[in-house]
Amino acid sequence: MLKTSFNCDTVELTHQLGLMIGQKAKPGDIWSLSGPLGAGKTQFVKGLAKGLGFEGMVTSPTFTLQHIYESPIPLYHFDWYRLNQSKEVEDLGWMEWLGRGGVVAVEWGDKFPKLLPPATINLSFEILSEEGRRLSVEAAHPESIPRVEELILCWPP
Amino acid sequence: MLNSLVLGIESSCDETSVAIVKDGYRVLANETASQMALHSRYGGVVPEVASRQHLESLPLLVTEVLKQAQVTFDDLTGIAVTGMPGLIGALLVGVSAAKGLAFTLHLPLAMIHHIEAHLYAVQLDSDPVLFPALGLAVSGGHTELYHMEGWGQYRLLGSTRDDAAGEAFDKVAKLMGLGYPGGPIIEKLAKNAPQVTEKFSVSRMKDKSQDFSFSGLKTAVSLEIKKTPLQSEKDREHLAAKFQNTILEEISKRVRIALEEFQPKSLVVGGGVACNQALREALKKEAEPFKTVLRVPPPKYCSDNGAMIAGLGAYQISQGRISSLSATAASRSTFY
Repeated sequence: MLKTSFNCDTVELTHQLGLMIGQKAKPGDIWSLSGPLGAGKTQFVKGLAKGLGFEGMVTSPTFTLQHIYESPIPLYHFDWYRLNQSKEVEDLGWMEWLGRGGVVAVEWGDKFPKLLPPATINLSFEILSEEGRRLSVEAAHPESIPRVEELILCWPP
Repeated sequence: MLNSLVLGIESSCDETSVAIVKDGYRVLANETASQMALHSRYGGVVPEVASRQHLESLPLLVTEVLKQAQVTFDDLTGIAVTGMPGLIGALLVGVSAAKGLAFTLHLPLAMIHHIEAHLYAVQLDSDPVLFPALGLAVSGGHTELYHMEGWGQYRLLGSTRDDAAGEAFDKVAKLMGLGYPGGPIIEKLAKNAPQVTEKFSVSRMKDKSQDFSFSGLKTAVSLEIKKTPLQSEKDREHLAAKFQNTILEEISKRVRIALEEFQPKSLVVGGGVACNQALREALKKEAEPFKTVLRVPPPKYCSDNGAMIAGLGAYQISQGRISSLSATAASRSTFY
């Protein structure tokens, strides 16, 4: 298990962390994002999408449940905020989306931890000030630990 | 559109809804699964969010609307279905059903853009829209402003960069410890505090874009609650009013700029948030100086419904915009 945290003093830095992760991402990476409302989860995904090479608008999928961004490695952006049972997640085709060679980012992923595969990297957001956030990362799988190690080496930018 | 009788299917997200619309505007029947007592009438449990819900509800709804409208399959002149945007699995249920009906009944098929249909909803049981118009779609999943020369002729002026307006209402209600859906609860609280004119100062977008942004407002509310916890009903009313003032100004301001630029004949509003009475009043105030007519559908046609799909479908078919049976659904798409 590898645990670390990144301090992002501004919205731009939260975005930048996402961007760096996107640039280094590999097909099949799974990021579970957790933390209170307004903590910057969608902001982070905007950076992630940009890092993957997606140029269009990235918005919150809370109501729409899933957005697909067609970047060179596609990004599947989920949001479990409105979902109350793991069955609802499964009915959305969750397992099928995992195996499609894209990068998966799921907001409120901590609501159904049992549905997250072992290689999932958990990123939890904490509000420190108006813009300041602490992002704590947890990786437990031999495939995902190097991802986080890479990140530690290049942060802060 | 005269003498047309179109069956419309909506299944892009939570709601399964089917309707039959005559002549492109007269709603003969409009039924939505979550609203009708499907459970008791037909038995069985309908899961909340699932493609399976659409699959289970659709045939029942089709039978039900035909009965209500007192027509048969043979009377129909076209089939319309939401093709985009939405959840791909949910959309596919509606699209497959619509294709099956169009194929077996030898009827033209119209694939409909969900947002465009929300704007078309103002014509249901009502008069045609005078163009040029501004179109404002405000719902849980979308916040978009369009310049419209006619149905099918649009230019996007701005959309949300983060949260949709309806989502902001719901999440702020959650932060305030209120129930769901948050929109009507916040509106009611705000109504009790008409003296509050305060607004949140939310950081402006750095470029001159016409886009909306509500995520900063959500954060501002959460920080305010942290600083001064809500203790009384009066506190809640005050915060609800302050939040609603801010969000209405965010929307009004962009509509105002577009009204000045285009001086349109109509301002067309659609989507769930269009139910908000304070929003209607704010937009009316903006439209009046320009002699622009504000058009808002009744609440039953603001939220997702099959009638708006059937209505726009009748129009598209009358214009010869018929979709091929090999057309497919798309999770995200633009129509401008």
